[in-house]
Amino acid sequence: MEIDPFIFRLSIFILSIFIGYYVVWSVTPSLHTPLMSVTNAISSVIIVGAIIAALAGDVEKIFDTANIYGYLAIILAAINIFGGFLVTQRMLAMYKKKKKDK
Amino acid sequence: MSANLLAIFYLISGVLFILALRGLSSPETSRQGNLYGIIGMAIAIGVTILSVGNFSTGFIFLLVFLLIGGSIGAFIAFKIPMTAMPELVAGFHSLVGLAAVFVAISAFLNPIAFNLGTPGNIKIASLIEMSLGASIGAITFTGSIIAFLKLRGIMSGSPITFVGQHYLNLVLGLALVALIVYLCRTQIDTFFWTIIIISFLVGILLIIPIGGADMPVVISMLNSYSGWAAAGIGFTLENTALIITGALVGSSGAILSYIMCKGMNRSFFNVILGGWGATDDKTKNASKEQKPVKNGNADDAAFLMKNASSVIIVPGYGMAVAQAQHALREMVDALKKNGVKVTYAIHPVAGRMPGHMNVLLAEANVPYDEVFELEEINNDFANCDVAYVIGANDVTNPVAKTDPQSPIYGMPILDVEKSKSVLFVKRSLSPGYAGIDNDLFYRDNTLMLFADAKKMTEDIIKNL
Repeated sequence: MEIDPFIFRLSIFILSIFIGYYVVWSVTPSLHTPLMSVTNAISSVIIVGAIIAALAGDVEKIFDTANIYGYLAIILAAINIFGGFLVTQRMLAMYKKKKKDK
Repeated sequence: MSANLLAIFYLISGVLFILALRGLSSPETSRQGNLYGIIGMAIAIGVTILSVGNFSTGFIFLLVFLLIGGSIGAFIAFKIPMTAMPELVAGFHSLVGLAAVFVAISAFLNPIAFNLGTPGNIKIASLIEMSLGASIGAITFTGSIIAFLKLRGIMSGSPITFVGQHYLNLVLGLALVALIVYLCRTQIDTFFWTIIIISFLVGILLIIPIGGADMPVVISMLNSYSGWAAAGIGFTLENTALIITGALVGSSGAILSYIMCKGMNRSFFNVILGGWGATDDKTKNASKEQKPVKNGNADDAAFLMKNASSVIIVPGYGMAVAQAQHALREMVDALKKNGVKVTYAIHPVAGRMPGHMNVLLAEANVPYDEVFELEEINNDFANCDVAYVIGANDVTNPVAKTDPQSPIYGMPILDVEKSKSVLFVKRSLSPGYAGIDNDLFYRDNTLMLFADAKKMTEDIIKNL
């Protein structure tokens, strides 16, 4: 009897929830805002779906309705990816340790 | 590129995303973590483009749109002031939600491209996954827009409630389930569009009854939703990177919501089902009686702090509103020159999003090892000479420990009242968000400083 590939994906999903659970509890509370902006950036990996949607179908008809939704999603996800990672970088650069007092 | 190789690359980017979150366990490793995240994203995008392998006109458009979105994002990231971070995050969540909706629509219109069957004959499992992805995405989109408008102050922060609100939400929720069932049975596209429209409505209805100070919970919750939406789409597209990321982000947001709810001693459902604002009238009227307060000025405050040996700063949302963080750090520098030991105490729900105060203090060059969380510092108030409360209110209210009738009873608070003297910077005696009078104002060891947080801090610096 073969296992449905869906079950494999479900396993990955469930295990990832557990990984997320333990990893996020170890995040220091002072970095909770960067945590939100970086999770926001990485959830924009949804752009892979947008790319497939945009480039799918007939090469001649690149602006089919389905493609247009793909292109729109690319713009939205790209704003998030660049904005999310850069703003996280900007925030993290501000966290400094105490300078040694002489 | 073979499907197996592709899957391995997606797995690698999934692992890099895990490392990105892992890096945030300390500020030292966080910057490297962010780099891992960027590499993971670049891999995911790169291999997807290669796998589609369509380098025609469409590819040029793809790059153009990627650049347009990227430049908008980069521009926002560099221009945004740190105080606007909560609304920025809310705004970004709305984009993830809408992108999920668009991808789901696209998959529904052109299932062949995603290997999900043909239009009108899409695999049942895929239909369920894409409707769930679209629905959660749509809820995230409109919910985040409302959160954004409230945080930005375009929409009033007070809860909007009406009779039958919860029943309406319940009916809409059941309707969504029914529509998904019918969509799977009939494959009629009207059902799919209706699901999206109803979800947009649910997103609005879910967030309007939630008040301003509950925003930390709302933002975390929407963060979680954007993750589940991504995971739903990930199942549709059979994409490991998306499934892993969706699960990570979903659980991350859920944990943050839990921490925020615990910080207010409220259950998640209590927050979701509406704010305190609606039932506040009684408490407000009850506290009308006039009690004496000690009123001080910048000179008194400077004198007290200069002669103290230790000072604890308690910042809150008011500090963010007044943009007082830089002035505050200058004041602390001046105090340190006088040999005063200064630390900062942060309540989990201070501000409008998790970690809000920490970012603002970091922006003002406050070293992060001088900033402490509630559990770490709460015992120190007993040994501290002066507590300087700037823009915080409810999180310092001792009533939470003493009065079981109080709406905030049981909420963990900073034990500010235990310090020898308390300096309370506030514009007026008005109650905080919870609508309850703060007992601390009338204590003998409290000196009220009625002024704008930034102005008062600057005046104190002059007197130091």
